[in-house]
Amino acid sequence: MTTTKMPSKYTKEEYVKPPHGFCAGCPIPIALRWFLKVVGEKVVLLMPPGCAAPSVLFPKPSLIYQGQRIKVLMTPFGSASIFAGGVKSALIARGDTETQVVVWAGDGATFDIGLAGVSAAAERNEDIIYVCYDNEAYQNTGNQRSSATPWGVITTTNPLPTPKMEYKKDIMSIITAHRIPYAATLSIAYPDDFMRKVEKAKALNGFRFLHLLTPCVAAWLFPAGLGVEVSRLAVETKVFPLFEAEYGDIITITKEPKGLPVEEYFRVQGRYRHLTKEQIDMLQSEVDKRWNRLQYLATYSSK
Amino acid sequence: MIKVITGNEAAAYGALLSRPAVVCTYPITPQSRIPEQISEFYAQGLLKGKFINVESEMAALGYVTGASIGGVRVFTATSSQGLAWMHEGLHWAAGARLPIIMANVNRPFGAPWNLTCDQIDSLAQRDTGWMQFYCESNQEILDTIIQAYRIAEQVSLPAMVCLDGVYLSYLSESVDIPDQVKVDEYLPPYSPQFELLGSGGGWKLMDVHPPIEGGYDPFNFMGDRYELHKLESQCVETAVKADKEFYELFGRTYPLVEEYKCEDADVVVVSSGSAVGTCRQVINSLHDTGQKVGLVKMKMFRPFPRELVRKALSGRQKIAVIDRNLSPGQCGIFYHEIKWALNMNVNHKFIPVYGFVSGLGGADITARLIEKAIQYTMREEPPEQEVIWLGLEEKKISDDYDKNAIKIY
Repeated sequence: MTTTKMPSKYTKEEYVKPPHGFCAGCPIPIALRWFLKVVGEKVVLLMPPGCAAPSVLFPKPSLIYQGQRIKVLMTPFGSASIFAGGVKSALIARGDTETQVVVWAGDGATFDIGLAGVSAAAERNEDIIYVCYDNEAYQNTGNQRSSATPWGVITTTNPLPTPKMEYKKDIMSIITAHRIPYAATLSIAYPDDFMRKVEKAKALNGFRFLHLLTPCVAAWLFPAGLGVEVSRLAVETKVFPLFEAEYGDIITITKEPKGLPVEEYFRVQGRYRHLTKEQIDMLQSEVDKRWNRLQYLATYSSK
Repeated sequence: MIKVITGNEAAAYGALLSRPAVVCTYPITPQSRIPEQISEFYAQGLLKGKFINVESEMAALGYVTGASIGGVRVFTATSSQGLAWMHEGLHWAAGARLPIIMANVNRPFGAPWNLTCDQIDSLAQRDTGWMQFYCESNQEILDTIIQAYRIAEQVSLPAMVCLDGVYLSYLSESVDIPDQVKVDEYLPPYSPQFELLGSGGGWKLMDVHPPIEGGYDPFNFMGDRYELHKLESQCVETAVKADKEFYELFGRTYPLVEEYKCEDADVVVVSSGSAVGTCRQVINSLHDTGQKVGLVKMKMFRPFPRELVRKALSGRQKIAVIDRNLSPGQCGIFYHEIKWALNMNVNHKFIPVYGFVSGLGGADITARLIEKAIQYTMREEPPEQEVIWLGLEEKKISDDYDKNAIKIY
C-alpha cells in the first residue's frame, strides 16, 4: 500500500478535527488538512453542495482553529464562485485584504452547474482560490454521472450495459484559456508537489484554480486503504498528469510520469471492470494523445 | 435639485444616494438604463462603492448576496426573466436574513416574449420572504429605494422595489433629487444585525441562525422559518415609521395602503403601480359629478399589510380590485389576497369584492376602462366568476368558457 506523508516543515496546527463526516478512506479531508496548513486560519471557505460541505459540518463542525470555527459558508449549487467574488468585495470594502477567499467545490459544481460562474470569475480575475475536488461524478448524491466522469465507467445513471460513452470534460484547458494567473493539477499522492502549488497559489493575487483528483472509495470501487495508491496510479499512467499553468501560457509538467499502462489504473477500480481489451487499448491511445498534447504545450510554452 | 429623469434613472439615483458598497447588475429590457446610469455614476466618481456588471442575473444576486454576507450595503436591479433566473437566490437571501435592496422593473414572463409591463414577475416571487413595494411615480421610486434600506436594515430582510416596465421605467418625470446630507441623516451607515464575517472568527449568526452553515436539522429549520414569518408585523411597523421619518425630513409620504378620497365612499377601487395615477384621475372626475367613489393604493404587498387593508376597506359596500397580473386558473393576485384579508375573518362583515384583470403584457389600463369597471361594480351583483376581463380584445370564439366569461371591452 502506498502511503503519503506531508513534509515536516509545515505547521503542527490541525484545522480538520475529528469527527468529520467523510467516508473512511476519502482523500478530501487529507487534501483539506494540507491545504489549510498552507493557507492558514485567515480564510473563508465557500462550499456549494457536494461531499465536502456536509462532511465538514456534520456530525459536528470539524474545521476548527483554536476553539473557533473556520468560516465555512454554504452556497447554492451553482453559486460558489459568484458568492466568493461578493464576499471578497465586502472584505476589501471593509479594509480586510488578508483573508483568503476560497471556493472548495466538487466536479459537479465546477464542470457542470457552476461552470458559467467559474468562467465569469476567471474572466473577471476575481481574487479567490478555487479548489475543485474532482471525484468524477455526483458522489454526494450517490454517484450519478457528471461531465467529469470518464469514458467507459459505470455510474448509477450509467448502469450496465450503458456505461458513459462521452469523454471527460477537459476543465484545465477551459480554465487556462481564461489566462488566469495560476492553474494547477494536484494529487494527494505527491505531497511536496501539492504543498508547493498551494503555496504558490496563496502568494499570488487574482483567480487561482487548483484541480485536485480525489478518488472515491464508494463509487470507484476500490478498497478504502487504496486512495493514495489510486491517486498515484492516475498520475503515473498519465491519466491525470501533474502540471501547472501561469497566465494560461507558461505550462510546466511538475511530475514526470512513469508512463505505466492505463490498465494498471483501471484494474484497481470496480467501475472499469467491464471494459474489453479493445476498449482499454482505445483509452490507452486516448491518454497518450492527451499526454502528447500536454507535452507539446509544455515544450512550446517554455520557449 | 429637480431633474427630469426616467423611472430607471430614479432607481439609480435612489441607489446612489443610499451609498451602497457593492452594486452588481445584469442588463435586461426594460431595466438596462439602471446599470447604465449607475455605471455613469461610478465612472464620474460619484458612486464610491464597487460596481460590476456580471454574467447573469443569478450572478448579480449571488454577488451581492456574498457581499451582504460580508457585511456591506448592496444594490442590484432586474426585471422579468432575470428575476426568475434569480429565484433560487431570492429564497437564499431571505433565509440568510440579508438586507439586499433590488429594483425590479415589472415585465411579464415569456412565452410569448413580451418586453412591456405586468406584475407577474415579482408577484410570482411572493413566497420568497422578500418585502415588496410597488411604486406609482418616479419620485416614489427614488424615495422608496432610500426608505427600503432604512426598513430592510432594521428588520434584516431583503426588499424589492417594483416599478412598472415602460410605463415608469421609460417615462420621464420631474423628480426632486434629495440632498445627500439629508439622506445620510435619514440613512445611517450600515451596521449588520448579524455579523457573519466579523473579527474574532465567530459566526455570530450561526449561534442563533444555522441556515448559512447547514440547517439540516428540521427543528432548527422550522425555527428559522418561524422567525422569518414572525417579522411580518415588525416589517409593517418599521415601514410605517420609516415613512413617517421620511416625511419629517423630506416632506413626502407614501402610505403602505393609501386611502384617496375614501371618506364616505361606499365603493372603493383598489390598484397598484402606475395604474393608480390613472385611477386618481377617474376618481377626481367622479367626485366632480358627485359620485363618492374612493381609491386605495397598495404600495406594500409583502408582508401583506392585512390590518391596514382591513382598516381601509372594512365597512365599504363594494370593492373593485384592478390587477395588472393573473394567476392562471385562479384570479388576479392582489384581488385574491385582498378578498381573503377582508372576508376570511369571521369578525368582519362580508364585503363583495370584484376582481378585474387588466393591462396584461403592457395593455393600457385607460381611464375609460377604469370608469367601466367602476360602473360595472356599482351596477351588477357580485359575479360568481373570480375574473372580470377588463380590456380583453374581442375575439370570435365561442366555447363554453367564453359564454360564461365576463368581458368588458
